[in-house]
Amino acid sequence: MNFQLGLITKKIGMTQIFEKDGRRVPVTVLRAAGNQVLGHRTVERDGYSALVVAFDEKKPSRCTKAELGRFKQANISPKYVVREFRVAADVLGKYAVGTEVPLSLFEVGASVDVTGTSKGKGFQGVMKRHNMRGEQRTHGNHESFRHGGSIGCRKTPGRVLPGKRMAGHMGNERLTQQNMTVVRVLDEQGVLLVRGPVPGAKNSYVTVRHAVKPAIRAGNNKG
Amino acid sequence: MSNSCPTIESIEQPFRRTDLPEFRPGDTIRVHVLISEGGKERIQVFQGVCLHRKGGGARGSFTVRKISHGVGVERVWPLSSPRVTKIELVSRGRVRRAKLYYLRERRGNAARIRTRVGGYKS
Repeated sequence: MNFQLGLITKKIGMTQIFEKDGRRVPVTVLRAAGNQVLGHRTVERDGYSALVVAFDEKKPSRCTKAELGRFKQANISPKYVVREFRVAADVLGKYAVGTEVPLSLFEVGASVDVTGTSKGKGFQGVMKRHNMRGEQRTHGNHESFRHGGSIGCRKTPGRVLPGKRMAGHMGNERLTQQNMTVVRVLDEQGVLLVRGPVPGAKNSYVTVRHAVKPAIRAGNNKG
Repeated sequence: MSNSCPTIESIEQPFRRTDLPEFRPGDTIRVHVLISEGGKERIQVFQGVCLHRKGGGARGSFTVRKISHGVGVERVWPLSSPRVTKIELVSRGRVRRAKLYYLRERRGNAARIRTRVGGYKS
């Protein structure tokens, strides 16, 4: 399991920046300021330890009374998104309820895993959805240009194997892009710049965590 | 394609160039480019016709074409590249298109562009 702390962010869009040596770097702009700790999950009370983080200001008039009560308890203003980060028990002590998780959690050049909900593509055929080749346009072929070919064998097994890739709904699913690089941490603008594209549309919520794979190698992924 | 997001604008702001002269497709320009060779850096000048400009603001780019030893050479630079140290406007050209790709099929006199006199109305 991933025990890396992270930030909830909002995808703002993409642009490019230049390094000193003239290299052009494509970056995704993620607004990350305003991550506040809403609560703790502790092993004694909940059976696991996690940090509950809230992000993105929400008008109190848009909240239900239950939500308002929850934020009032932590003495912070209401937020749109609430997510839990599974972390080791000793990390909880560093972030008291009501404090902000700073952008300086990430430093420039750090490896991060970015999780978001990809853009929905609707019902798509096998060529777009699974990158199948389709069929010939010429040599007498007709009425089957974008098909996926055979979907199974004959009497044995006499059925289509489970997991056969076919046409269907594509996108609008939770995706994690691992080992992306933090290019800039702009504290005064409250913005993270991550190299390359990130799953999801503009204004969608994206979670940025420390990369789990290097952490496992270094033995830092303990809960 | 203007970007109205203030956060992205503010990130692009430091890369925006104000020192470059106004130039358009058809203009002959001299581009001073930093080139690193064998650990050293020097400035090379590339003179040619601007074929097109793409995009706007800090994200735009432009293409310059010249004939070098009988071979057409085109180079593309981002407008805000720090490698482009200077651009000089040599002469303005009278063209009726934004993208001068037709110049690629032409040689010699046919690829000539009439010069336009006078400055830009800004």
